[in-house]
Amino acid sequence: MIELVDLTKKYGSFTAVDQLNLTINKGEIFGLLGPNGAGKSTTILMMLGLTDPTSGTVSVCGIDSTANPIEVKRKVGYLPEDVGFYDDRTALENLLYTARLNRIPEKEAREKAQQLLVRVGLPDVINKKAGKFSRGMRQRLGLADVLIKNPEVIILDEPTSGIDPKGVREFLDLIARLRDEQGLTVLFSSHNLHQVQEVCDRVGIFVNGRLKAEGDIPSLSKKLFTDSLYVIEAGVELNGLSGASGETQWLANILNPIEGISSVSRKNGVFRIECSRNLSAEIARAIVHSGASLISLNKKEFGLDEIYYRYFEGGEKS
Amino acid sequence: MKIHHTNASGWLGNSGKISHPFWVIVQKEVADYVRSWRFVILVALIVLTCAGSMYTALTNFSKAIKPNDPEGTFFFLKLFTITDGTLPSFFVFISFLGPLLGISMGFDAINSEQNRGTLSRVMSQPIHRDYLINAKFVAALTVISVLFFALGFLIIGLGLITIGIPPTAEEFLRMIFFLALSIVYVAFWLNLSILFSVKFRQAATSALAGISVWLFFSVFYNLIINLIAKAFSPSPMATEYQVIGYQKMLLNLMRISPSQLFSEGTTTLLMPSVRSLGPLTMEQVQGAIPSPLPLGQSLLLVWPQVTGLLAGTIVCFALSYVAFMRKEIRSR
Repeated sequence: MIELVDLTKKYGSFTAVDQLNLTINKGEIFGLLGPNGAGKSTTILMMLGLTDPTSGTVSVCGIDSTANPIEVKRKVGYLPEDVGFYDDRTALENLLYTARLNRIPEKEAREKAQQLLVRVGLPDVINKKAGKFSRGMRQRLGLADVLIKNPEVIILDEPTSGIDPKGVREFLDLIARLRDEQGLTVLFSSHNLHQVQEVCDRVGIFVNGRLKAEGDIPSLSKKLFTDSLYVIEAGVELNGLSGASGETQWLANILNPIEGISSVSRKNGVFRIECSRNLSAEIARAIVHSGASLISLNKKEFGLDEIYYRYFEGGEKS
Repeated sequence: MKIHHTNASGWLGNSGKISHPFWVIVQKEVADYVRSWRFVILVALIVLTCAGSMYTALTNFSKAIKPNDPEGTFFFLKLFTITDGTLPSFFVFISFLGPLLGISMGFDAINSEQNRGTLSRVMSQPIHRDYLINAKFVAALTVISVLFFALGFLIIGLGLITIGIPPTAEEFLRMIFFLALSIVYVAFWLNLSILFSVKFRQAATSALAGISVWLFFSVFYNLIINLIAKAFSPSPMATEYQVIGYQKMLLNLMRISPSQLFSEGTTTLLMPSVRSLGPLTMEQVQGAIPSPLPLGQSLLLVWPQVTGLLAGTIVCFALSYVAFMRKEIRSR
């Protein structure tokens, strides 16, 4: 549905988007995840033909966005970050304006607008002025505004920022339902990993204008933590066994025969062992065999936050 | 849940046919202007001042008509020009308040959309980017035209009732041309402020920029010209040609100001006896019959002024168009 090939955007000497290749399939929710200033919004603007790429091509629904933005905008609904409405118009009037810009006949637009306002949970404020709306309401009205043109693809740029947790949940549920019922393709840009993980089928991690990784969450974590998917924390009473080489080195030597251990470190009196498989049993056995006393053993799995930070750290370093 | 079925809201109209997106924007913008408080205030201001100048014009009407006046046959036009000195006449008011109207209608055309976050939303609809700026211009111009013609015709009507003598066809045409010239003049200021609204992100900055340009031309520019005039004033011994050259230079400097172009244009149109806008030598005047110029000749006389104003308008519009097309549309 959306295909980006070698997409690059430069502002002077600053490269906002660097050689981006990405394919988004029909009917999937794709999460574009990245910190602020990673180039997510710029990429979205290029998809809509609102900004021309420096090089590379964007095609949405098989149409080149740069050459033919009008056709693309006919099929794509875009909800910008912190969407605004004409404050002195009612919710309904704002929706009807969009509908008219899309050449939807008046009667049809009116019916559709009312249905959509019910759908996004704003049935009571149809005739309330948009200027009186809270941020969350505006975002929901924004979703209705996007849907009124019957899009094939919807692009949501940070749609949940500034909404309370309950509002976020409702918003995400609504997106997931829309995809299920209408087969919409959704591109969801966010810096919030948990929200992305909740609804997205696939995720692309985007740092400094580059796509660091893409795939579903389990495969992403596998890709990143090929050799350190688990962390085992061991509290050990050494009983004076460490010797001259130091405690960490001592433990590393003891654990050396076990395959799959990538690193050993010591922090706050607890050893931290990173390994690719769950090696708790083997590690415990080795420590006990060595004569030291094993006080505690704690297995930790890498959560989403670790995945996220690890990628972003990598991004900042490079 | 039951939804109240609302009737067609006025600003969207309720016609069954699908209009072109461009006209949809124009329609919305016109509605916005007409509903906005600042437009109401300005119109009230203009209507009040016009009523004032009309009142002075009508009360002094009998005194203004002198026997053997070359403009005797054009006394209807005097409605727009005569005054007893307490209040300026109608066309002076227009040349003063017109720019304010233009600036107030354009100064937040683009940047307010950006600040409200509606620009990126509208731009993501299937419309060409230039629709928005063109529609804003067309809408503002429509509103101004309707306002000025309504005002002009009201004055004509009022004059008809009080004086009781209908205007001649030529007088009527001159008034129409005067109104058209006023619209061009306001359009110039409108486009200047649209240009500022594209360039400056804050509406307040662009309003200030527009007003300062207006103040510069209406107050300071004349002061500067006076300074230049003193510095360059020819000696009493100077030849006739030097004096004429000096006068022409001053006049040309004055003509950089759009308000000078406008006032020259309006005086020529509304006072048919004006036969030249520059200095005339005795030889040129000799043998001339002190009669009013026909409309065609008056139009010829003001043609350079009109083209100058139009050119200024078009340059401002072109600049704002280019700036807007190159602008990157980001949310807020």
